[in-house]
Amino acid sequence: MTQQEALFKYILRLGDNALIHSHRLSEWCSNAPFLEEDLALTNLALDMIGRAQALLQYAGSVEGKGRTEDTLAYRRSERQYYNNLLVELPNTDFAYTIARLLFVSAFEKEYYAALQNSADSTLAAIAAKTLKEIKYHFAHAHDWVVRLGMGTEESKQRVQNAVNDWWMYTSELFEMDETDEQLVKDGIVPDLKALYPAWLQAVTDTLKAASLDVPVSGYMQTGSRKGIHTEHLGHLLSEMQYLQRAYPDAEW
Amino acid sequence: MDQVQDIVSKDRAMLARFEERVQAGDAVEPRDWMPEAYRKHLIRQISQHAHSEVIGMQPEGNWITRAPSLRAKQILLAKIQDEGGHGLYLYSAAETLGITRTEMIGQLHTGKAKYSNIFNYPTLTWADIGAIGWLVDGAAIVNQVSLQRTSYAPYSRAMVRICKEESFHQRQGYEIMAKMMKGTAEQKEMAQDAMNRWWWPSLMMFGPHDSDSPHAADAFRWKIKRHTNDELRQKFIDKTVPQAELIGLTVPDPDLKWNDEKGGYDHGEINWDEFKQVINGNGPCNKQRLQHHKQVHDNGAWVREAAEAYKARTNNQSSN
Amino acid sequence: MAHNNQLDSWEVFMQARPGANYIHQGSVHASDRKMALQNARDTYSRRGEGTSIWVVPTDEIAASNPDDAEMLFDPSNDKIYRLPTFYTMPEGAKQI
Repeated sequence: MTQQEALFKYILRLGDNALIHSHRLSEWCSNAPFLEEDLALTNLALDMIGRAQALLQYAGSVEGKGRTEDTLAYRRSERQYYNNLLVELPNTDFAYTIARLLFVSAFEKEYYAALQNSADSTLAAIAAKTLKEIKYHFAHAHDWVVRLGMGTEESKQRVQNAVNDWWMYTSELFEMDETDEQLVKDGIVPDLKALYPAWLQAVTDTLKAASLDVPVSGYMQTGSRKGIHTEHLGHLLSEMQYLQRAYPDAEW
Repeated sequence: MDQVQDIVSKDRAMLARFEERVQAGDAVEPRDWMPEAYRKHLIRQISQHAHSEVIGMQPEGNWITRAPSLRAKQILLAKIQDEGGHGLYLYSAAETLGITRTEMIGQLHTGKAKYSNIFNYPTLTWADIGAIGWLVDGAAIVNQVSLQRTSYAPYSRAMVRICKEESFHQRQGYEIMAKMMKGTAEQKEMAQDAMNRWWWPSLMMFGPHDSDSPHAADAFRWKIKRHTNDELRQKFIDKTVPQAELIGLTVPDPDLKWNDEKGGYDHGEINWDEFKQVINGNGPCNKQRLQHHKQVHDNGAWVREAAEAYKARTNNQSSN
Repeated sequence: MAHNNQLDSWEVFMQARPGANYIHQGSVHASDRKMALQNARDTYSRRGEGTSIWVVPTDEIAASNPDDAEMLFDPSNDKIYRLPTFYTMPEGAKQI
């Protein structure tokens, strides 16, 4: 794999994570527990779409075959998507959505802070902008996990279930393949394994503040680095890509 | 007996003073004395307006996950978020009149409070998102601009903010329509079809002819309303028809023609029977929209309860 | 009735740029301070309108009674000696 191929594939992963997570959050629009939270979840989704746009556009330019952010978003199939499984799982309920936001934002907070030092100036710039957004995502997730954990019996149970059920999708966030190895060597991307202790600390602190149990890590789900996903991604994409696929000659 | 007389004459004096102030163009603030009928009229109108914004999120929300480009998705999401924000501003304005958001939502669910008829129509294709932005928001903005000078200050302040934020909404809808009219044959067909389905309901948004409008007199005397339904409708038609022509869309009204004498368009008769049917719950989506709102409200109950319980717990801790 | 509760009302004040006055924007619902701040941010600064936010529980605001307006505010109308334009300065006086 050339450096360029590795970088392309790697940026797709970042862009896909932002795009698919934003898709799930956008499904909350007009479905949130109350109006203010509807606006808040939409804001998160908008941050992520913006990030997906910047990243996929950059991926297209790195690839150099004239693919735009839209071609990359709307004309790739599920096996060509590289987002982590965690972000494609259906929202389930507010507790699951918030638990996922906690896991992901705690990871991205460390990740984008490190990516600011990338030898690739475009990635470094995107990281600096993204980091500000992520800090807010983390604060929002943290506060809600605490409220739910320290709220009613029901809310505590629901958020604990969410944390337990989706814990098995968290180690994939830190998985490294040959693209990582190659790019880490050149100082373009951070070593994901090195971010794990800080992530675990942040998540543990939040769960403790919410008087929730930290799950014991057991068997972990994997596959996305090779484009192997859950069944949910196919449905998500067929919905998202419907117009572009049905009218391939149209511009919108 | 004398006491009752006293109260009545005191009320009359207050009312006279109130109407004098309003006529002079003074703004009414929440703690000012106001006639009960004024308060009721405002609660009904503002809460209906708020519910319309919130229910209006549904037909557009129907296309968020299917928006055909990242840019389109971003814009649509931001726009729907604005509608939610506007609902929120309006609920807040209504709350200054002594009704809670909880009560207003209750009235929506029992059917006591209405919302705009237009949101009981379905969004069937992507062109409908263009048509809503262009026609529905275009109609709404005509009404809202007029309401910026309404006599009740919190309502007026909310409308000023809303108008400022809404200014991009109509443009985004028109842009979608214009793009589709420049596109493939299928896109053009989709756009014209959306135009055909949304034109008449958009005209109905201004409400019945003034002669048939039940609360019109009070609303004008108290300067809650500043222009008649027909005036606003005419204004909307006059500015929209040339926009349609510019991008090659046909207005689905064979009787539409320019009237030189009045300096505006004459148009065909609106189907008021359809209007009444939809108001009375028989529109294509009435049940679906309300059902959705109730379900979301019920599904979110445990979250709101948790937030309340957390507040109670932390309050106890800090006072201990 | 907790099931239907829409949380408490808070008044939102925002500063448009550092050093400026905080101006009332409207209100939001929230159950605690942190949530009120976040909801105010998500509702009232969607277009980069602010640099800082205050939130205050709506119930905690004391408002003057409109019937007292004459008593409260009219007495200051004739105290024009509090305004700089009241004073006559000699021709040619500068920077005063």
